[in-house]
Amino acid sequence: MTKKIGAEILLECLMKEGVDTVFGFPGGAVLPIYDALYDSPIKHILVRHEQGAVHMADGYARSLGKPGVVIVTSGPGATNTVTGIATAYMDSIPMVVITGQVPTALIGNDAFQEADIVGITRPCTKHNYLVKDLKDLPRIIKESFYIATTGRPGPVLVDIPKDVLTASMAELKYPEKTSIESYQPNYKGHPGQIRKALQLILAAKRPVVYAGGGVVLSNAAGELKAFAEKLGIPTTTTLMGLGAFPGTHELFMGMLGMHGTFCANMAVTNTDCLIAVGARFDDRVTGKIDEFAPYADIVHIDIDPTSISKNVKVDIPIVGDVKDVLKEMVKALPQAKALKEHKKGLSEWHAQVNEWRATHALSYKQEPNGKIKPQFVIEKFYELTKGNAIITTEVGQNQMWAAQFFKYDKARTFLTSGGLGTMGFGFPAAIGAQIAFPDSTVAVIAGDGSLQMNIQELATAVQYKLPVKVIILNNMVLGMVRQWQELFYDKRYSHTCISVAPDFVKLADAYGAVGLRAKKPSEVEAVLKEALAVKDRPVLMDFRVDQFECVYPMVPAGQPLNKMLLV
Amino acid sequence: MRHTISVLVTNEFGVLSRISGLFSGRGFNIESLSVAETLDPQVSRMTIVTSGDDKVLEQINKQLNKLINVIKVYDFTGEEHIERELALVKVNLTADTRPEILSIVDIFRAKVVDVSPRTYTIEITGDEEKISALTELLRPFGIKEIVRTGRIAMARSPKQK
Ligand SMILES: Cc1ncc(C[n+]2csc(CCOP(=O)(O)OP(=O)(O)O)c2C)c(N)n1
Ligand SMILES: [Mg+2]
Repeated sequence: MTKKIGAEILLECLMKEGVDTVFGFPGGAVLPIYDALYDSPIKHILVRHEQGAVHMADGYARSLGKPGVVIVTSGPGATNTVTGIATAYMDSIPMVVITGQVPTALIGNDAFQEADIVGITRPCTKHNYLVKDLKDLPRIIKESFYIATTGRPGPVLVDIPKDVLTASMAELKYPEKTSIESYQPNYKGHPGQIRKALQLILAAKRPVVYAGGGVVLSNAAGELKAFAEKLGIPTTTTLMGLGAFPGTHELFMGMLGMHGTFCANMAVTNTDCLIAVGARFDDRVTGKIDEFAPYADIVHIDIDPTSISKNVKVDIPIVGDVKDVLKEMVKALPQAKALKEHKKGLSEWHAQVNEWRATHALSYKQEPNGKIKPQFVIEKFYELTKGNAIITTEVGQNQMWAAQFFKYDKARTFLTSGGLGTMGFGFPAAIGAQIAFPDSTVAVIAGDGSLQMNIQELATAVQYKLPVKVIILNNMVLGMVRQWQELFYDKRYSHTCISVAPDFVKLADAYGAVGLRAKKPSEVEAVLKEALAVKDRPVLMDFRVDQFECVYPMVPAGQPLNKMLLV
Repeated sequence: MRHTISVLVTNEFGVLSRISGLFSGRGFNIESLSVAETLDPQVSRMTIVTSGDDKVLEQINKQLNKLINVIKVYDFTGEEHIERELALVKVNLTADTRPEILSIVDIFRAKVVDVSPRTYTIEITGDEEKISALTELLRPFGIKEIVRTGRIAMARSPKQK
């Protein structure tokens, strides 16, 4: 019988899991894997920094709905993944990270390039493993993908010592199925709870749906739309939920929370029945927690019991898969005629919502000869692409404007680091999404500060001929921090000016990418059009935007949602 | 309020640190913790004494259940159960105090498990109050050292009708 080494077995296991693309960076401890990759049909994307690999795998997973896979070496390779893993963990993104480790016999000896990555990532992975024996590897890989992709998804790390990678074993027997006694996620909502929730919802006079990233993760956008439409319920989403409900839908109120729309925040403050779907009542969403949805009975549908009644006391919890539960709810709805009557009963509420929508709609003012407004760039891009694009964001003002001024009609087309707020996420995530969708328009709406945190991945994008559009809203500041300093720190702009920066056009050129610049509003459209025409390499667009533009509305931290600062 | 929680976990390396990391990372309290294998060598039991209001306890329970290695979580609060701790107390000794110490040991049904010319080492099991009561009585003689296990607990069997 032919024998195979651990590294070959690992790759076979990955292929059995349907993995065709991995993101990684080599090193001593993973040399056996890289040697095996040399003859493997698996496509390996060579990054320039391990953090980039994790964000790419993350963007790949978010856009495609398949787990992302990363391979890195021990020690510094492994520790470089931590921010990426924590980012994926906070946003519940399925991912499997394979780290090399020093040989078993050296573990604990402060060996060269040894780091206790299992210990380090314990609190920011859904689960992690150290493989001590090759015979356990197939089971552990099977379990890793199972854990990463089921229940509330999340990253799983598998640490493999070098001697396990080089040990050999007879033919692989990959387990067909796995079941873990102590891990049994619950998908079916309790029928009694569903019934009670529906009674409450049907009796409500001012219902609101508040949908989060869980709807995206559970691929339940269709079910959510059916549910909201049949009942005529005005709907808001969190940052993570953008795209889970069509951005152009008449029931859509925009995002809620700190930089949510006036309409969404007023509706949530005044609703008598809040239906939280795959959301977790984050502090950026609720504002002052005691005054969040003060008149509402709250129904909360979520697959993760720990999310329920963690921050806000919930009246009717339903633990289950959002898709499953919404399907059951829609099935149990009254006949069409009765629903029509019901919707008529909501007409006053609809009128109120429409009034809020009209009074303080998102706005900005672009003077034709003034500085470029960042919102204008985003709106133009929306216009030119007709919304047909996958958008990732960095973190800061750029992220909020991308959430406000581009409309996302489809799930998985808006990828952002919501939970951890990781600067440096957007660009590599866009690369990952472009690899998942080679023929789609993929753009990152970037801040000049954030982009520089993983700018090295420009080489990766050039190497793989990826036409990622990098829209730099270049305000030469750490804009969101500057905004807080302006509003809450007496305009003391401590260490937020980053005008010493590379010339992004020359930088693009140096990397073999395309570099474009717009300094005037009249140049914006031409630059975007030129960028959209590039199909074989990344494009960096340096939009010199107004430094003093602020993101509004804004609910100051700790204030209730209806206490917004408006434009 | 104080709670004694029993957590059944798979007996694997790193599980203890997952549990203790969960408590420290989320700001939950651990007053005591004891761990040992169960009848099934693949499964360990942790007995954790913690405190918090209902909301905190609900989160502790749910967060523990969310860990992949946790099989079952059981909160003894409000249930008929037996709790025990064990303590070893090393107390100073003189010819004069010896009889008095021995009589205290006797009253508490404790045991002298080690003797030296100047010290007794006393073993006592019981609930927390009993152990505290004993140590209070021994304190005037001069306690040199005290070692206590964490608390362990077991539900009482239902009484026959
Ligand atoms: C890694 C990391 N460090 C620090 C922060 C804090 N932070 C949040 S927004 C921001 C400014 C971002 O600046 P830029 O990327 O230029 O975006 P802008 O707000 O100007 O659009 C900073 C420093 C963060 N979110 N992530
Ligand atoms: Mg900036």
